[in-house]
Amino acid sequence: MSNRLRALYLGLATATTMITPAFAVDLTVICRCVVGGVNSETATWIKDSVIPGFTAKMKAEGKDVTVSLNEFGGKDEQMTQQLALDFSTGAGADVAAFDGFLIPSFVEGGLLKPLDEVAGADVNSWEGWSHISEGAKSLMSYGGKAYGLALGTDVRAIFVRKELLKSAGLDPDAFQPKSWAELLDAARAIKKANPDSFPLQLNAGVNMGEATTMQGYYMAILGTGESVVDENGKYIVASQGILDTLNLYKTIYVDEQLGDQRAQLLGDGRNRTFTNFRDGKTALLVEGDWFFNSVMAPGAEFGLENRDAEVTWASMPAQEPGKGYRGQDYVTVSGGTGFVLNPATKNPAEAWALLSYMNSQESLTAFQGFREARRIRDDVATPNNVYLQKTQESLLPLTTARPNDPNYNKVSAEIQRMTESVVSGEASPADAMAAYKAAVIAIVGEANTVSKL
Amino acid sequence: MTKKRNFSLLSHRAGAAFLAPAAALVGVFVLLPFFWVIFVSFTNRTLLGKTALSPDFVGLQNYFQLFDPATFFTRGQFGFSLILTTQFVLLSALVGQALLGLLLAWLMQTIPPALKRIVETAVIAAWILPEVVIGFAWFAFLDYDNGTLNMILRGLGLPAGDFLLQQPFWVIVIFNTWRGAAFSMMLFNSAFASIPPSYFQAADVAGASSWQKFRDIGLPLIRGHVVTDLILITMWTFNVFTPFILTNGGPSYRTELLSIYNYRIAFREFDFGKGAAVGVIIMLINLIFALIYLSFGRKKAKAVEE
Repeated sequence: MSNRLRALYLGLATATTMITPAFAVDLTVICRCVVGGVNSETATWIKDSVIPGFTAKMKAEGKDVTVSLNEFGGKDEQMTQQLALDFSTGAGADVAAFDGFLIPSFVEGGLLKPLDEVAGADVNSWEGWSHISEGAKSLMSYGGKAYGLALGTDVRAIFVRKELLKSAGLDPDAFQPKSWAELLDAARAIKKANPDSFPLQLNAGVNMGEATTMQGYYMAILGTGESVVDENGKYIVASQGILDTLNLYKTIYVDEQLGDQRAQLLGDGRNRTFTNFRDGKTALLVEGDWFFNSVMAPGAEFGLENRDAEVTWASMPAQEPGKGYRGQDYVTVSGGTGFVLNPATKNPAEAWALLSYMNSQESLTAFQGFREARRIRDDVATPNNVYLQKTQESLLPLTTARPNDPNYNKVSAEIQRMTESVVSGEASPADAMAAYKAAVIAIVGEANTVSKL
Repeated sequence: MTKKRNFSLLSHRAGAAFLAPAAALVGVFVLLPFFWVIFVSFTNRTLLGKTALSPDFVGLQNYFQLFDPATFFTRGQFGFSLILTTQFVLLSALVGQALLGLLLAWLMQTIPPALKRIVETAVIAAWILPEVVIGFAWFAFLDYDNGTLNMILRGLGLPAGDFLLQQPFWVIVIFNTWRGAAFSMMLFNSAFASIPPSYFQAADVAGASSWQKFRDIGLPLIRGHVVTDLILITMWTFNVFTPFILTNGGPSYRTELLSIYNYRIAFREFDFGKGAAVGVIIMLINLIFALIYLSFGRKKAKAVEE
C-alpha cells in the first residue's frame, strides 16, 4: 500500500509541476474593488492600465508574466478576515490591498514581512523612495520598516448638500460651523424645513467597522481636545471628552433624531448613508476624501452627475473654538491604504516588480485619470480638483493619525461597540464608557490605559 | 440475528488494511483537531498581534473569563449567548418545530391524499432548500424598505414593521420553526402511519373525537418517536448558524447565538484561545445531548428485546 501511495504522490507532484511552464510567472492582485461596484476606478486602473503596462514592460525584459486581478466584493472587515486567514496559511494573492492601520497587528502576528525581506535588495534600490516623504512611508510602516506602499493619504470633513442648506435658509457657500452647537443648530434648522430628512450623519456602530472609528468617533473626540491615546501613547478609557462625544451621538441619533439611526445599526449601513446623501435625505455627512472622489464621483455607484455644483464641504469644528486637539479650531484625521506583498509569494521578485510598477510615476499619474487623490509621490501632481487643493491647505496641516500599535484594531472594535450601544439607545453614555473601560483594560492591561475622571 | 464468524470475505489483516485509510483520515481530520482545540483553549493564542507567534499557556483563564460573573450576563458575552441559545432552542425547536410538526402530522392523517401530498411538498421544500438561499429569501421578505411582507402590510393599510431591527429574536425563532418543522412532521407522519388503522376504526365506532383519538391512541403509541425527535432537533437547533444570514448576530448582539458568538470570537476577532474554549464548552453540551440520546436508544432496544 505504501508503494501505491508513493506512486500516487509522485504522479500528483509531476502533474502539478507540468501545469506550470518553465518561465511563465503568474501573479495575482487582490483588492476590495469591483468594476462597476465598490472602488470601481481602482479595479479599472489595475485592469486597463497597470496589467497591460506591466506585462509589456516585463516582456521587454524577456519575462513572460501574466497578472490577474481578484475583485473582492465584500466589506472591509471581510477583506481583513480573508487576508489574515490567507497569510496565515501561506495562501492568497501575491500583491494585496491593505489598510495601513492593520500593519502592526499583522506584523506582530507574523503575517507580514518587510518589503526588503520578501523581495530582497531590489527593494532598497528602487527609484521611488526618493520621491516619497517619511510621513507617507510611515503610513505602511511599523518599527521603521516598510511593509507596503500607500496609494495616497486622505483627510476627513463634513460633506454638504447645498440645496438642503438653502431650504433651511442657510448659505451653503459660507457654511462653516465653528462649534458643535452651531453644527447641531444647522441640522435642527434643516430638520425643521424637511421633517423627513436626516440632516446630520456621524458614523457609529459595529457594522461600519473602521469607518465608525475614523469618520465618526475620531472626528468628535479630537474636537474635545483629546484623542484615543494620550501623549504617552496610553489609551484613554474614561474622560469628559469621551462622555461629551457620546452625548453628541445621543443628541444626533436618540434625543433629536437628526441622523438616520437605522443606517448605523444595519449590516449595509454605510451604503445607506451614501444613498441618503445621494438622494438628498442627508445634508451633512462626515466622511473622507474617498467619499468625495470615488463614491460620489459622477458615474459611480452612488455618484452625483452634478457633484461639484450640488456638493460642498466644511471642516469639522471642535466642540468650542480653540478647544480641539492641540488647541485647534477644526479637526481631521488621516489614514492610508495601499498594497503589501504576500510574504508567502512564490515569485517575490516579480511581485515587487509589480508593486513598484504600480507606484511608479507613470502608473500613479495614470491613476489620477481614473480617480483623483492625494498621491504619495512628490512627482505625481495633485490634480486640478478644487476639493483636494482646498483641503490640502485647510485640513492637511491639522491632521493626525491613529496609533501605530498592534492592539489598536481591537480597541477600535471596542470604540465601535461603545458608540453602537449609545446610538441604539440601549446604554447611557456613562454606562457605555464604563463597558469600554473594562474592555480596553482587558485588551491592553491597566498599565497602558489612563483614566481622566 | 446471529453473525456467522466462520464465513468472511477477507482476512482480519486485509480488513484492517482496508480500514486503515479511513482510520488515518479520521485521526488526522477529526481526532487531532479535537485534541488540538482543547490544547489551544488553555493558551492565549491569537491570529494577529504578539500572541500569534508566542502564545502563553494560561491554564483555565479563558474559561474563567467566559464565566466571569461581572460580565457573564452582559450582551455580547458568553453567558448572554448561552441563555439566548437556550431560549431559542425552547421556543423554536421544542415549542415551534416539534409542536407544529406534530400538529401537521396529525391533521394530515385525516385529509385527502392529494391535499396531503401538496402540504408535504410545501413543508419539505422549506427543509431541503440550501441554507443560504433560505436566509436571503427571508431577509428579502422581512426588509423594511422593500420587503415583501411590508409591501403586503402597506397594501392592506397596516403599519409596516422594522422586524429585523425591532424584533430580531422573534424573527429567528419563527424562521427556525418554519425551517425545521418538516423534519418533525415527517418523523411523526411515519410514526402515525405505523399504528394499525384498526385502533382508530374501533375508536371511531365508539364515537371518539379527533382529540380523544390523538390523546389516547396516537400520542401514547408514538412516545418513543417524540423523545427521539426532541433530542435530535434540540441538538441541531443548538448548533444552527443560519440566523447569521438574517441578522449578523445583531443588532447589538441581540441574536448572537452561541455558534455565532463562537464564530465572532474565533474568526472575526481572531482570538483563537478564547474561541477554542467556547468550542470546548459547546462540545461538552453536545456530548450531554448525545449521551441522553444514546442511552434512550439503548433503553428502547432493551425494551424491544423483552
